[in-house]
Amino acid sequence: MADITAPAYRIIPIVPALKPGAMEGKGPFVASDKINEAIGFPGQLVEDWHDKAIAKMGDLLSKYRSLKVYMDACVHCGACSDKCHYFIGTQDPKNMPVARQDLMRSVYRRYFTLPGKLFPKLVGARDLTREVLDEWYNYFNQCSECRRCSVFCPYGIDTAEVTMAAREILDSVGYGQKYSNEIIGKVHKIGNNLGLPGPALRDTLEGLEEDVKDATGIDVKFPMDVKGAEVLLITPSADFFAEPHIDSLIGYAKVFHATGTSWTLSSMSSEAGNFGMFIGNYDQLRTIAMRIRQAALELGVKRIVVGECGHAWRVAYSFWNTLNGVGDGADADDKFAQMLQKQLDHRYKQPMHICEFTWDAIQAGTLTFDKTKNDKHIITFHDSCNVARGSRMGDYAGGQFEIPRNIIKACANNFVEMDPRTTREQTFCCGGGGGLLTDDLLDLRVKGALPRMEVLQQVKDEQGVNFMATICAICKAQFTKVLPIYGFERKMVGGVHQLVSNAIILGEDK
Amino acid sequence: MASIEVGGKSYETDEEGYLVNLAEWNPEVGVYLAGTESVELTEQHWEVINFLREYFEEYQIAPAVRVLTKAIGKKLGAEKGNSEYLYGLFPYGPGKQACKIAGLPKPTGCV
Repeated sequence: MADITAPAYRIIPIVPALKPGAMEGKGPFVASDKINEAIGFPGQLVEDWHDKAIAKMGDLLSKYRSLKVYMDACVHCGACSDKCHYFIGTQDPKNMPVARQDLMRSVYRRYFTLPGKLFPKLVGARDLTREVLDEWYNYFNQCSECRRCSVFCPYGIDTAEVTMAAREILDSVGYGQKYSNEIIGKVHKIGNNLGLPGPALRDTLEGLEEDVKDATGIDVKFPMDVKGAEVLLITPSADFFAEPHIDSLIGYAKVFHATGTSWTLSSMSSEAGNFGMFIGNYDQLRTIAMRIRQAALELGVKRIVVGECGHAWRVAYSFWNTLNGVGDGADADDKFAQMLQKQLDHRYKQPMHICEFTWDAIQAGTLTFDKTKNDKHIITFHDSCNVARGSRMGDYAGGQFEIPRNIIKACANNFVEMDPRTTREQTFCCGGGGGLLTDDLLDLRVKGALPRMEVLQQVKDEQGVNFMATICAICKAQFTKVLPIYGFERKMVGGVHQLVSNAIILGEDK
Repeated sequence: MASIEVGGKSYETDEEGYLVNLAEWNPEVGVYLAGTESVELTEQHWEVINFLREYFEEYQIAPAVRVLTKAIGKKLGAEKGNSEYLYGLFPYGPGKQACKIAGLPKPTGCV
């Protein structure tokens, strides 16, 4: 891996020169029999994969009207072509969103449209050959489902849905990706992406209580499996394990402490992330989300708060209501969803993002900060794609952009924005989202980080930025890895609640 | 499935070179795996590897980076209880590279 280097910054950030075939290859590691079978997928590529894949595609087209519209609506205007970080970084024309989608669209035309059935060559329709299937596997694992291209599409085509459909078809014929499928298996079996068992989680949390006591003199608790707690915190398991993630976990605990909120984690449901979305599989998505409902019912909590995890917040905000009954909208005959609805306290948003929780407390005057504690940082904020384009916070449009920034400004003195063409709804993916945060895709991840690194360099050079805050576990892990390759400090990335943790005034010191 | 050959014995590994049967690990295999990562094992490396293995024995998972740095700090002095020290020993990241050499499963997820 030592030979992976950062691409040069573009002098003028316009459409890059094309390098056809630059990212051809076998794609990330394919999931083994054992990994696939554990989550109910065929172990390896099935013999009749062609017919099965086409049948699955037909099934998805009939189930998701959106997918059919996306297959039909594209006029190849090219508005999306230079909006993808992977295209910008790799220069491979098949990573233009329109071209990546056309890998599927050409097959759609051949099997599901009359002109494609009659005159395939005239309409650019292709048979689904093994080569085409391999190409799907390679290039649909070079899309992080960040949906930046969709912001610029005049037809509103959601590229992520096309990628999800492709991955769903691939999984259905036994051609799944190792990283995502292994992780999904661990959630089903152990309760989190890491495979962190309850006793290890408890040991880690006790260690954190000691650390915070040593650092502040205050008994800040990190409770686990406490029945009758008010808040159930659902956070990415990376928050228990990795740096800098764990500093945000400390931040959440301090916020709960300072606001006098009783809260708990669940050892059975210790994961916010939901890779079922990344592979476009509704059953996996729902099964993973169900653990949260089960934990909430067993613990009898009144509120569910979600930690700093980008795609988890999209799943929670946009899908939990019908998936597991957190938030209104579940079927009337879904008994447990209705039971949960009765149990939760509807004076509060359900679910609530930790940033909403903290911002509400700041506005209510229950949190106080010593902002000078963050004076060593000149801070910028990286909007995470799934929060920016797949969810909201607060009760007004754009709250998901304002609230994290408001928190930073409330607990720190130095805040700087990056180029507005790369923030808020136009934010660039970190380069590791959508199930691509795996070492075997490191070359892609480094290249995909290019547009973010370019504008980070700019604010570093011009305004001395030395800290990039974010609210996503994937962003944090990805940047920790790629920042040094671009010549930045590894510790330059951290969470919003890491900054909260630095500056918050606790208990007796208040 | 891939495999490695150490001391005349064959050990199964996954695509990324992690041992498949964790019980098969021994120090010789550790030295071999370190070689594949271009890490030369010193006494300092072994302190970390031994701690990882003890922790894994008890909890069936690698320790959080914070737990590891704290344990190393307690054992070897506060100046070594930080992630810079660990990155110095295991440049690809103490989480993954040290786990691989110590014969632990790869930490997965957003890490």
